Amino acid sequence: MSLMKLATSALALSAMAATTAAARDQVQIAGSSTVLPYASIVAEAFGENFDFPTPVVESGGSSSGLKRFCEGVGENTIDIANASRAIREKEIKACAEAGVTDIIEVRIGYDGIVFASQIDGPAYTAFQPADIFNALGSKVLVDGAIVDNPHSQWADFNTDLPASDIVAFIPGTKHGTREVFEDKVLLQGCEDTGAMEAMMASGMSEDDAEDACIDVRQDGASVDIDGDYTETLARIDANPNGIGIFGLAFYENNQDKLKVATMGGVAPSTETISTGEYPVSRPLFFYVKKAHIGVIPGLKEFASFFVADEIAGPDGPLSAYGLVADPELAATQTAIEAETTMGGGN
Amino acid sequence: MTDTIMIPAADGPKKSSLLVQDARTRKRNAAETRFRIYGMAAIGVGLLFLVFLFTSILRSGLPAFTQTVVEIEFTLTQEQFDTAETKMLKTGEYQNIFVSALTEQLDASGLKVDFDNKAIERIVGKPGGTIRSFFLENPDRIGTPASFELAASSRVDGYLNGRVTRDTLVDSRFLMATDLDLVDALEDAGIIKGAFNWNFVTGKDSGVDNPGGAGLGASVIGSFFMMLVVLFLSLPIGVAASIYLEEFAPKNRWTDLIEVNISNLAAVPSIVFGILGLAVFIQFAGFPQSAPLVGGLVLTLMTLPTIIISTRASLAAVPPSIRDAALGVGASKMQSVFHHVLPLAMPGILTGTIIGLAQALGETAPLLLIGMVGFVAREYPETFVGGFTDANSAMPAQIYTWASRADPGFYEKAWGGIIILLLFLITMNAIAVLLRRRFERRW
Repeated sequence: MSLMKLATSALALSAMAATTAAARDQVQIAGSSTVLPYASIVAEAFGENFDFPTPVVESGGSSSGLKRFCEGVGENTIDIANASRAIREKEIKACAEAGVTDIIEVRIGYDGIVFASQIDGPAYTAFQPADIFNALGSKVLVDGAIVDNPHSQWADFNTDLPASDIVAFIPGTKHGTREVFEDKVLLQGCEDTGAMEAMMASGMSEDDAEDACIDVRQDGASVDIDGDYTETLARIDANPNGIGIFGLAFYENNQDKLKVATMGGVAPSTETISTGEYPVSRPLFFYVKKAHIGVIPGLKEFASFFVADEIAGPDGPLSAYGLVADPELAATQTAIEAETTMGGGN
Repeated sequence: MTDTIMIPAADGPKKSSLLVQDARTRKRNAAETRFRIYGMAAIGVGLLFLVFLFTSILRSGLPAFTQTVVEIEFTLTQEQFDTAETKMLKTGEYQNIFVSALTEQLDASGLKVDFDNKAIERIVGKPGGTIRSFFLENPDRIGTPASFELAASSRVDGYLNGRVTRDTLVDSRFLMATDLDLVDALEDAGIIKGAFNWNFVTGKDSGVDNPGGAGLGASVIGSFFMMLVVLFLSLPIGVAASIYLEEFAPKNRWTDLIEVNISNLAAVPSIVFGILGLAVFIQFAGFPQSAPLVGGLVLTLMTLPTIIISTRASLAAVPPSIRDAALGVGASKMQSVFHHVLPLAMPGILTGTIIGLAQALGETAPLLLIGMVGFVAREYPETFVGGFTDANSAMPAQIYTWASRADPGFYEKAWGGIIILLLFLITMNAIAVLLRRRFERRW
């Protein structure tokens, strides 16, 4: 082994000498698998329309993308992190410690999160946040008392729903989508059912009660999907009773296999999401390392191209794919032009 | 064992005949027949799986090799070209020019189908990039009629190859049921037709809204450069290590330990090498992300144990008499190894190497961690060195990427990619078998 290691590292070192000489000339992006499709559309168009090389977009999830983004400044770190949630305080701090102080936040638009099931499966057509909470929360309110979730069928708590087993495929914790699901559905359902109030009445602090609300049952009725939506789709395909959480664009691309449920009485569509009627939507972001602008060719051009009206506007290719255009796109464009960093400075 | 002990019956020894089988013989023969049937059943089940696998791969993957194209001839005026080039989204402008040209052509042809611009937009894929690069490369064609075969949209493609049917089509902004009448009419008129998809074999990856433009070519190049790295690192290192261990190293506790470790390494899951590669080559040594060089280094680590084990086995298979004879006529230890033992072991070594390479070629897991999954294979390398250092994907990683995209068109591409990958693997294994047949010596 020692011989092998020695030889590999010797060769590796000689190869390194050869590579460090060549500066990186394309933009490198990593992060959210929800933003990845949009980023790849923009990257392809960018390569076709500009003389810069096509940016490289990697997948991996919002958290892992931001972690790599915060590794430091330099050609061996990524220039842009895609995220399906806003960057957290903790991450900004980690960034600052590694020397990444000037971050430009860019909101590209909104994405709806939909609840869909097999097209021939039970009639899961209308949900309220309360239904989802009753089905998936680890502790729910039954007859005025907080108990471990006893429900095994949807009809157990809401007779309007089909009497079929509760099986849900929800995004794993490394996905930004999970956070939106927790905040906009579970927490909302927890409040709607009165479980939150009951928890606080039983002496829990508000924070603890919120944590308890978004805690998902662990008895197999809820399955965390760490892969992407195709995995969820495969699980739904194999399980007629299953409910899956998808991005709107993914659902729209697979309408022949999936049927969608309304949430709070509103059917998800780009229109209902842009007006804010459909409750479960979230903004999508990417974060640009300002220190790399001017160092990596095409970085700023790519960022402004991404949010240009022709791309991210209501008639652009991103909308055609399923992104809900941001009404405040103009402000974002100005911010990129001025290279406004988070915290107001530039 | 009890079969062989014959206990004579009380009324004298029983006459046994070779022509008539007694009960015991029949029983033994029956057991053998049953065993043969089990064996054949096992092979049958294996074959059945293979046939099932191949038919499902071919059925799902073959459509990827044909692409529905819209054939159209139109003239781009200098004025249109100049206007388009001033736009920010130039490809979008070319797309508009294309759509209006197609609309005009349809109006002129007198098809009895109602349609509007929107329907045309839904039917054609994303031809803007192709048209722009054509006119940029051939500026003299501006102003003269040029004919194009441009990929139709994913759903129209699916309609022609049976993936999308009128029953399952849900009206959406991607395609309306009424558009299918237009598609049928266009197909009858010969404007829309299926063609062999060369772009799939030679092309680059495309954005998620453009499955028609996706190709495996760039990632085949990525895989090729990775295999170069693997070959030129693992073969010399592996052979040197094996020759030393097999022929020169003293047999002691240390060499035993090394041997055990090499065998263990061969069984280590490949993802472990991926994590190692990320930590050592990218984070510590500072190699570029997504580079075939790093992929090759990681796969080298994975392939080395395979090569060392097979090389040692073929060295050990060379009879000691050959070494003794060489030493007997006065050759040094090194001369006996390099002049006599190594040439005889070469076929085995090459076979082992090719099988190791084939294994490395199909490996995805370590590549997930070093940034080869995503929208990566977008550029062909411009220089030879660039082939090692420029971001690129590899065939299995590209297949994985396609399989995770929303548009069902990409799912088809993933299966098509599997066919190409399998062709490579079968070729490599066939070379290994040929080498073995042709050169292997038995003693």
